[in-house]
Amino acid sequence: MADATEMSARSAGGTAPAALQRAFDSDIFYSFRNSPITMLAAVVTLLGFVGAIFAPWLATQNPFDLRTLNLMDASLPPAWVEGGEAKYLFGTDNQGRDVFSTILYGSRISLLVGVGSVLLALVLGVGLGLLSGYAGGSIDAFIMRVADVQLSFPAILIALLIDGITRAILPREAHDAAAVYVLILSIGASGWVQYARTVRGSTMVEKNKEYVQAARVIGRHPFAIMLRHVLPNVMGPVLVIATIHLAVAIITEATLSFLGVGVPPTQPSLGTLIRIGNNFLFSGEWWITVFPGAALVIMVLAVNLLGDWLRDALNPKLR
Amino acid sequence: MTSTRANRPLLEVRNLRVEFPTRRGTLVAVDDVSFHIDAGEVLGVVGESGAGKSLTGAAIIGLLEPPGRIAGGEVRLEDKRIDNLSAEHLRRIRGRQIGAVFQDPLTSLDPLFTVGQQLVETIMTHLDLSEAQARSRAIELLREVGIPGAERRIDHYPHQFSGGMRQRVVIALALCAQPRLIIADEPTTALDVSIQAQIITLLKRLCREHGAAVMLVTHDMGVIAETADRVAVMYAGRIAEIGPVGEVIRKPRHPYTIGLMGSIPKLDRAVARLVQIEGAMPRLTAIPTGCAFNPRCPKVFERCRHERPDLMPVETNHAACWLHAPTLAEATRG
Amino acid sequence: MIAYIIQRLLQSVLVMAAVGFVAFSLFAYVGDPITIMLGQDYNETERARLAAQLGLDRPFYVQFANFVANAVQGDFGISYRLARPVNAVIRERLPATLELSLIAAFLALAVGVPMGVYTGLKRDSWLSRFFLTVSLIGVSLPTFLIGILLILVFAVILGWLPSFGRGETVQLGWWTTGFFTKSGLKALILPSITLCLFQLTLIMRLVRSEMLEVLRTDYIKFARARGLRDRAVHFRHALRNTLVPVITIAGLQLGAIIAFAIITETVFQWPGMGLLFIQSVSATDIPVMAAYLCLISFVFVVINFVVDLLYYAVDPRLRVDRGAVGGHG
Repeated sequence: MADATEMSARSAGGTAPAALQRAFDSDIFYSFRNSPITMLAAVVTLLGFVGAIFAPWLATQNPFDLRTLNLMDASLPPAWVEGGEAKYLFGTDNQGRDVFSTILYGSRISLLVGVGSVLLALVLGVGLGLLSGYAGGSIDAFIMRVADVQLSFPAILIALLIDGITRAILPREAHDAAAVYVLILSIGASGWVQYARTVRGSTMVEKNKEYVQAARVIGRHPFAIMLRHVLPNVMGPVLVIATIHLAVAIITEATLSFLGVGVPPTQPSLGTLIRIGNNFLFSGEWWITVFPGAALVIMVLAVNLLGDWLRDALNPKLR
Repeated sequence: MTSTRANRPLLEVRNLRVEFPTRRGTLVAVDDVSFHIDAGEVLGVVGESGAGKSLTGAAIIGLLEPPGRIAGGEVRLEDKRIDNLSAEHLRRIRGRQIGAVFQDPLTSLDPLFTVGQQLVETIMTHLDLSEAQARSRAIELLREVGIPGAERRIDHYPHQFSGGMRQRVVIALALCAQPRLIIADEPTTALDVSIQAQIITLLKRLCREHGAAVMLVTHDMGVIAETADRVAVMYAGRIAEIGPVGEVIRKPRHPYTIGLMGSIPKLDRAVARLVQIEGAMPRLTAIPTGCAFNPRCPKVFERCRHERPDLMPVETNHAACWLHAPTLAEATRG
Repeated sequence: MIAYIIQRLLQSVLVMAAVGFVAFSLFAYVGDPITIMLGQDYNETERARLAAQLGLDRPFYVQFANFVANAVQGDFGISYRLARPVNAVIRERLPATLELSLIAAFLALAVGVPMGVYTGLKRDSWLSRFFLTVSLIGVSLPTFLIGILLILVFAVILGWLPSFGRGETVQLGWWTTGFFTKSGLKALILPSITLCLFQLTLIMRLVRSEMLEVLRTDYIKFARARGLRDRAVHFRHALRNTLVPVITIAGLQLGAIIAFAIITETVFQWPGMGLLFIQSVSATDIPVMAAYLCLISFVFVVINFVVDLLYYAVDPRLRVDRGAVGGHG
């Protein structure tokens, strides 16, 4: 009813301040304001990103720089426990790395890989979806077949495979240096299918509409027209997929690093930290595992909450 | 509007009000609607999309989807209130006393069960029959609605029927527990034009044979003209005019009805232009004060803008329009 | 019906062929088996002899044909790392993974589906909200972290359950099972819970959202309008329709469990194929990687095939009978 006019008005364009005003008035922002959990999740996510981006300024130590590590300070408990030092808030690991700083630097990697792979998957998936939906015929059939087959393999397996192959092809130093990019490639390449399917559906719907035929008659390339009309419609669901995919990507990177086939041990991410800490759980040095673990879970939980809220907010049927 | 007939009407709706609480305030989708249906008669309920016709039907059988709810008024079936019954009591009434036929036969039937299974389960829920008896009754019903080869087709799945056939099955399902009233919500809108007439004739004939009254909700005036005994014209959640179908069509009293009739092309008369009603039906968030039709009414005057008219008797019909206000000498209302 | 089966079979064969090709390419182009097996120092004669033995001097298609012929018989050559035949190594480790995966799959379905149905039917009860919150946390916890936490609580702090290994196993033919010993059963508990949790929450959320969708359909509305009892509406009509699409996803999830076993086996040092695979990735043990790839693909293909058959059996719309679509309006 009244909401429909708002939506169409928004997609029709308008001046920036007016658009912003409409955004604030919209149902989406309303449901955001009304859900304290979601707002908390958004704040946490924001903090996570800020912490990761500004890690060099926020951390007390650069754990990747071996020269700043002091082996004498290895395996210290958190500051509030007996034996700990104020300098090392969350304690240190077996190589003297400050856990707090490593969490900051580690989440850098986690977020970099997460966002990078989501972007890759999004671009790949949206592109292939558009192509598949628009071209139809055998191209469509082929792409969808590949998608079906890939969907039946868990992403982590594909990621492992790509990582294994690059590890075998590249010499060790090159692989270590490129590890982050390899991870982005492998996690991204294993996640494009969802995007492609959604976009393909929308594209096929739009393709049959009359304005596309009309555009052909005028001589304007219908593909450009469709981009202009398909993309706004499809951005909502794609955004939902991307948010949830971000959570999955972060977990996947952490898992790969935990398994030892992710980032090299000299550039630990949260997963690597947990792996290191795992070896010391039995001797009671719990902080090396617990704090990075908590940081990981909180981050992923916040992103998942945002994704859940986004999906409910964008689904007109659930209102 | 109280009935002064000798026989009690089958269904009485008094001052029904259906609301939707939203964050922008409460929307009133059905506003103080009253009418009655006698046993065996066909009442057409006609109006544009969004006029509140379907919601009225849903409210009567207690199938309003939340957050919609009945906020006032009564629904009486044979003079017993049904709108305030428990969920279980309402369930027993549905199908057994009041049946329903919805718009889209494609989606009304569960695709995973055969037509026979769906018929038998409905029959056995309401009537005290064995499964074998229910099944033969189901076959009988399928024959009645005109499905050829009923003994064979009873074990077919919905997707194995064409659209028109499926709607016949739906009608069979609505009638199988022998209800006294059928609420048919746009039963032919989703069908091919060539099939529509068949289905509507079938519906009318079967209801007459089974002694069921019909509340026929549609936007198609032609169907009403063919089928209904009386017709109620709804506008913006209110009844604008109600009366015998012939009278309402030939001699409409409410300016909205006049506009509606004028906008329908007729085969026997040549007109240069079809009559159009200026403007559009107001959205639920912006219903005008006074008479809901007043911004578009060609005969509007001051009173229309401030006071909302009740249904007033005008010869054979009732119209909610101040043009027909009783003179000071008349004391009766409604 | 037959056409459907044949089409599906053909597709499966194609997929296996593609996978085989990828696996073979691993063999042919990735890494240098000679160096891996002989080390850095080797002379030309040794290299030539090994090359001939491994068949590396033959043309590409011959090598591929050999590979396929061998693979179909289960022969993937010798593990670079362990210097033993690959299929023997895999056969040793397969039961461990399969037992773990089957139990985890059973748990995920047996708990996930009812929870999903409940939260779909009773949307606003406190139990539903509780389940949903727990499921959100479950989806946010990486599997390895769950394993570590469980070990921390139940093995380190409480000392009730073992933290690694399979316990004592009993040999039945070539299969080893942990079901018949107390220590074997105890060892199964933590890893199977760890493995099933992620899939459980996914299945629960999937079933719930399908259920909510179904409850909004016209046929459910019509079922209510016919006065059917709640039990019939929910469990006869709604549940059946919900489960049809769930079958496919559940099948995929089961395949995913076998893959996720990699993580669980690493955390719990469970001597299964997953752990073997990780070790072989780290060591670039191509034969084992290729064999694992082919085996896993085979399992997935079989699962998908079975799921397709199930779908066909359950959804009457897929069975287009001859001449049954009839009748005119």
